[in-house]
Amino acid sequence: MSLQHVTTKVNGDAAEFLCDATETLLDALRDRLGLTGSKEGCASGDCGACSVMLDGRLVCSCLVLAAEADGREVETIEGMAETGELHPLQTKFLELGALQCGICTPGFLVAAKALLDENPDPDETEVRYWLAGNLCRCTGYDKIIRAVLETAADLRGQ
Amino acid sequence: MELEFTTRTTFDKVGTRPPRPDGTDKVTGRALYGADLAGADMLVGKVLRSPHAHARILAIDTSRAEALPGVKAVVTRDDFPHIGPEGTVKGEVEESVWDVARNVMARDKALYEGHAVAAVAATSTAVARQALKLIDITWQALPHVTDVDEAMKPDAPLVHEDMITAGMDPAPDKPSNVAEYTRIDMGDIEAGFAAADVIVERTFRTEAAHQGYIEPHACVASASEDGVAELWCCTQGHFSVRDMCANILDMDLASLRVTSSEIGGGFGGKTTVFLEPVALLLSRKSGRPVKMTMSRDEVFRGSGPTSSTSITARIGATRDGRITACDATFRYQGGAFPGSPVSYGAVCGMAPYGCPNVVLHCYDVVVNRPKAAAYRAPGAPMAAFAIESLLDEAACKLDIDPVELRLRNAVKEGSSSVYGPTFGAIGFVECLEAARDHPSLEAVPGPNQARGVAAGFWPNYGGQTSVTVNVNTDGTVLVSLGTPDIGGSRASMCLMAAEELQIPYARVKAIIADTSALGHNDTTGGSRVTHSAGLATIEASRKVIDIMKQRAAAVWDIDVDAVVWDQGCVRPSGANAGDHEPLSFDAIAAMAPATGGPIAGHAEINAEGAGASFAVHVCDLEVDPETGRVTILRYLAVQDAGKAIHPDYVEGQYQGGVAQGIGWALNEEYIYGSDGVLQNPGFLDYRIPVASDLPMIDTVIVEVPNPGHPYGVRGVGETPIVPPLAAVANAVSRAIGQRMTETPMSPPRILAAIDGAS
Repeated sequence: MSLQHVTTKVNGDAAEFLCDATETLLDALRDRLGLTGSKEGCASGDCGACSVMLDGRLVCSCLVLAAEADGREVETIEGMAETGELHPLQTKFLELGALQCGICTPGFLVAAKALLDENPDPDETEVRYWLAGNLCRCTGYDKIIRAVLETAADLRGQ
Repeated sequence: MELEFTTRTTFDKVGTRPPRPDGTDKVTGRALYGADLAGADMLVGKVLRSPHAHARILAIDTSRAEALPGVKAVVTRDDFPHIGPEGTVKGEVEESVWDVARNVMARDKALYEGHAVAAVAATSTAVARQALKLIDITWQALPHVTDVDEAMKPDAPLVHEDMITAGMDPAPDKPSNVAEYTRIDMGDIEAGFAAADVIVERTFRTEAAHQGYIEPHACVASASEDGVAELWCCTQGHFSVRDMCANILDMDLASLRVTSSEIGGGFGGKTTVFLEPVALLLSRKSGRPVKMTMSRDEVFRGSGPTSSTSITARIGATRDGRITACDATFRYQGGAFPGSPVSYGAVCGMAPYGCPNVVLHCYDVVVNRPKAAAYRAPGAPMAAFAIESLLDEAACKLDIDPVELRLRNAVKEGSSSVYGPTFGAIGFVECLEAARDHPSLEAVPGPNQARGVAAGFWPNYGGQTSVTVNVNTDGTVLVSLGTPDIGGSRASMCLMAAEELQIPYARVKAIIADTSALGHNDTTGGSRVTHSAGLATIEASRKVIDIMKQRAAAVWDIDVDAVVWDQGCVRPSGANAGDHEPLSFDAIAAMAPATGGPIAGHAEINAEGAGASFAVHVCDLEVDPETGRVTILRYLAVQDAGKAIHPDYVEGQYQGGVAQGIGWALNEEYIYGSDGVLQNPGFLDYRIPVASDLPMIDTVIVEVPNPGHPYGVRGVGETPIVPPLAAVANAVSRAIGQRMTETPMSPPRILAAIDGAS
């Protein structure tokens, strides 16, 4: 089976790769482009560790075919810090100890940023339901939820 | 060097909450976990797993797979060196090499659905998957058993045809699925029950739960033609991985170098090997590096969950709430091999209470399920579920507040423990009092709501630990550890080194060194790291201070006994006091090349003095009487940390253990069909708690210093998962007026209990 040529944009930069027709976007990001910040926890869309933005929409990259990225824009955890400066969510996660093993952290950060971009003033329940697609087995979610709520407040200037 | 064991009580760095040294890489996606390493010329390894719960492997034909273009190696049982059951073990292994060798690759029989039977290495994942389909196996299906009580029946199918129960006197004359019987005895059980005014007795059952780490097992192996090999893997103990692989593959310990990647959760499940020896063998056979990763369903089917259990317990108490006797039988299945944590669990259940008359019968049972691995406080949550549920029932019958009942029986310093040693300074009473006085208990449960209380215990461990503290000439410090950092331990080690050396935290960095760089380190587990690696870090730091004193004394040309270490400087003392300007840490570090060379301290210890850990949990919840669904309203976890080095990560352990315990209590279970096949090997059907299932989890860190650590540290990781099963069950039971005796307390099970009552 011949490989497909995909032309896309990843974290603002043009990117090209060859992929198998059955390959997922997650596999292509990790194995073709070397962007291993997106993690495979389940490959079935249940854990959210592979969360990325595709044309501004939060998706599980394990549920998207690599070929579907053609002509579209992908944002991953690697693009979240800009010009050497951490995003406020990243800083807050560090400040509040909102990670233990850290494997789910990239997915949580991508998903949380998507939430704050859409709703800058979520309440605790909204944060919990928005992040219900991201599994964390270490923290019990407490510090993650607090970090998102505090970042939202900081960004609103409160 | 003897460590000074006067427990310090004032600190300027320990107890603060700085960002962890490995944090930035983890929020940017830069940190490399097990599956994140890529190498040139690397092959992909995949495992073929048994579709049968129990089957004899009559023949394996790999010829069609080997002929597939792109396939570079196929391995089966025939490729593994022979290890006799009596084989000499090298290095430090915590499990039977014989069992683990047979678990990583089936030999005469597949013992459970998901048991590895062959593996391939190929140029791509697609080719490897295709090759697995071309391996022809001739099976002879055998009767199977997956339930612990069924497995103990006399006519049960035998997992191992020749297994005679150990620990019985006289030994049974027939094989069975009971690997071992252990009896723990204290006092006079008959007299204890005779003295009781109230006796409660029930049988409890818990289903197996998986550790549920989000990172599947992964490794990269590279074996060289000269017999030397390198292995990269996500593990809680790379030294144990090295030693186990070396035994299974008959290698020298020095010929295998293991590097631990960042680890994406373990909770005990990454304390053994699954893929690693297979990857090494595939690499050896193909002559190329091989990467192997488990899919999520392989993690559920092929790695180690915890035991399912059946426990019958009877507790007697006097009218004023003194426990007089406990008689309990614990039946734990450990999967297809011996080694369930039944006796750990049994003693942990009763350890918090000063009951003089105790008999515990422990049965370690094998069934056709994956070999159980450690899961956070192995064995203890199930035992606590039984014991703490009975105590709650006794409290109800005696009309005594559940915290008060526990206070009346709580062990204290000087109490003898059911597992042998007399307790030193412990904080169980302090935890109970802190829970009793916590403001969250002012909330009054409404209709269909109730409060559940339960306690938990874990003894904690020390163990072999090796640490090096290197001082750079710019005054920065590098701590090399051999205990994989699973939840922030590098931050804690940096804090302890900075405290001891009296330098800023930001000047200290820590790494996890590979197996060739340090002496042996026991696995990260049993809540041992902050205690043991902390002890070693402090000892190594004190050696650095000794060297710095020697260097300063030499520069001043005075005796080393005439200098002191004071506030991060070396000063002349006694007759020489004031003769020389103090030399700072940085100044002595800078002078290192000219004063004798590099300054480094190291410690190789077998840590003792791990202080026992106690917790008290209070759970408020609501049961929907129409659907049986439980909503957790509030949850309070109080636990003695001895001294919290980095409180964020102590609280994180409490909160994480609570979440896992709530999942186990309400949702999580291994569901087997009548064919012995696991029905729910994925996160959709094996549902772990998500953010919307939980409230904020309140924590109280009690600090009763452990006299076995210079800063008073106690391990904190295990204990938080011990109370939740019972705390949730006690609350549900009080809410619906029916005692819950099985986990998970899923909606159908709760509805059945409600319906059974009406």
